[in-house]
Amino acid sequence: MLSLLHAVFVAPFLDMAGSPTFLAEVLIGGIAAGRMYSLVALGFVLIFKASGVFNFAQGVMVLFAALTLVGLIEKGLPVAVALLATVAVMVALAFGIERVVLRPLVNQPPIILFMATIGLNFFLEGFGEMIWGANVKKLDVGIPDESFKMAGILLNKLELTAAGTAAVLVAVLAVFFQRTRIGRALRAVADDHEAALSIGIPLKTIWVVVWSVAGLVAIATGIMWGAKSGVQFSLSLIALKALPVLILGGFTSVPGAIVGGLIVGTGEKLGEVYWGPLVGGAIENWFAYMLALVFLVFRPQGLFGERIIERV
Amino acid sequence: MIYREAGQFKSSYASDQAIFPIVQDRWVALALLAAAVVVPAALGSDYWLQAILIPFLIYALAALGLNILTGYAGQLSLGTGGFMAVGGYAAFKFATAFPGLNILLVFVLSGLAAAVVGLIFGIPSLRIKGFYLAVATLASQFFLIWLFNKVAWFSNYAPSGTITAPARTVFGVMVTGPNASPEARYVVAIGVALVFALLAKNLVRGRVGRAWMAIRDRDIAAEIIGVRPLRTKLLAFGISSFLCGIAGAEYVFLYLGSAETQAFDINLSFLVLFMVIIGGLGSVLGSFLGAAFIVMVPIFLANAPHALGLHMPVALQKQLELMVFGGLILFFLIVEPNGLARLWQITKEKLRLWPFPH
Repeated sequence: MLSLLHAVFVAPFLDMAGSPTFLAEVLIGGIAAGRMYSLVALGFVLIFKASGVFNFAQGVMVLFAALTLVGLIEKGLPVAVALLATVAVMVALAFGIERVVLRPLVNQPPIILFMATIGLNFFLEGFGEMIWGANVKKLDVGIPDESFKMAGILLNKLELTAAGTAAVLVAVLAVFFQRTRIGRALRAVADDHEAALSIGIPLKTIWVVVWSVAGLVAIATGIMWGAKSGVQFSLSLIALKALPVLILGGFTSVPGAIVGGLIVGTGEKLGEVYWGPLVGGAIENWFAYMLALVFLVFRPQGLFGERIIERV
Repeated sequence: MIYREAGQFKSSYASDQAIFPIVQDRWVALALLAAAVVVPAALGSDYWLQAILIPFLIYALAALGLNILTGYAGQLSLGTGGFMAVGGYAAFKFATAFPGLNILLVFVLSGLAAAVVGLIFGIPSLRIKGFYLAVATLASQFFLIWLFNKVAWFSNYAPSGTITAPARTVFGVMVTGPNASPEARYVVAIGVALVFALLAKNLVRGRVGRAWMAIRDRDIAAEIIGVRPLRTKLLAFGISSFLCGIAGAEYVFLYLGSAETQAFDINLSFLVLFMVIIGGLGSVLGSFLGAAFIVMVPIFLANAPHALGLHMPVALQKQLELMVFGGLILFFLIVEPNGLARLWQITKEKLRLWPFPH
């Protein structure tokens, strides 16, 4: 009994203190994974905030964006042109989704819209693979995937660039939401879409904008993930990992998505490395969900979510 | 319908509240029931029984379980696969630990085991609701699958981690194991499905069902008029996972024969959720219609190109299947968000008056 307590509560921390550089590397690995979760979660949050739709297809949108980009580059287009074309495709997709899926389903309960996005998920998966093929593709964006040592810690150039890009993206989004006219309109729709409609904010345009922005976030995520581990079907599975991130951070909070992603990423790496061996490993698959579950029992609205006030 | 119910007067509450209040409906239902039991068992081909009817009945039972939780009590769950896995593994453990136990009893016991697990994972629903709860139930999905994978005791230390249904008989007829005939397995599956469908139907019409629906429609208001949220929600979780557990046990014993944890992964949870939503949330009949739809569509899509004389590569066919499947889900949601059960209800209303407009 005592040795078990020791193994759970003391030994892992001794390990951490014993080798701080290893701990730092684990943490950096966790942050690298967490950043991806954050970005996918960010796409979720954007759409949930502006339309109340829980967009399950965000993961497939990431895959679709990455597939399109790689496919266009393979066709011989220069990277910049291919990127622009991909942006155009994602915006067109946003228009299509608004017209075909969202408009006929307006005012339906959230669960129906959630189901619709699962349908969309299947459709896009089949469509993307039909056009671009199902093979694993290498995405080369011109950043070398090489490592170097700094202060005794192993770092990776690609990871650093990706982290920088993510930070810039989040900053741009924050400015877009807080400072621009259309950003204000988005926040108004998020608060109360009927009130927003009544003061003349065009709901349809807002939806297209939001889904386009989520598409852009999907492109960024797809590029980073694809450059690291190739463009393949498993990309769409990171969507599932983004869900506990969402409930940790709160469905409606952009900073929550970022912080939640980093917590989940580092948490599951630390758990896997220091506590995983105790129970036979591979706890990465469920650690995030359990963390989120326990967390929710104490704080149902998430870290940064708005306090839920209910009246009869 | 073609018939008229004119002249059928109800003189007691019991006859007014019957499941089929119209005499003709009752006869049609009974005839259909008899046909469903006898016809496929007597002259159905093995392919039909094995690939369509048996999975349909098992999925329908699982969908019924999820429908009680999501459709009636309003608690969105994505952990169905996990609860079915509990049923499957519990049935395996019970059947191998007590070889003399009747297999039907084993199913019920494994259902109870799943119910206990469901109760534990239902506790967070007292604090959280909606999509937060849905994500929280994913924890059960991933954790349980991991547990069954990691702890070799659950598969009796089989090196491959596969659980195989042992051969068992009911009333002298072999119903599980490799030598059981599809007919016998079909009869067991339809019997179990009917018993629990009847049970569920009566549950949701009664006090318990009304409490669930009150919680679903407005939980705070329900609490104020005296519905206890703790008891009601946990009961929904318990009964729902009981049914899912039995479905999981059948899934291994009557359908797959042997299974790994892979069989119960997240896709299964989504599949059952599809059935519930396509079939109709909050409808017992809907669970069956949804299960039939989801089982039939892929088979239809796989065979349609051959029937049309088209030859296409397997990969392309797989992708087209995904697209059509996704497209159909979207189509049905847009046409009738309340599902197939609602469509059937509308048709029935129309037919009652036909050929008159009013």
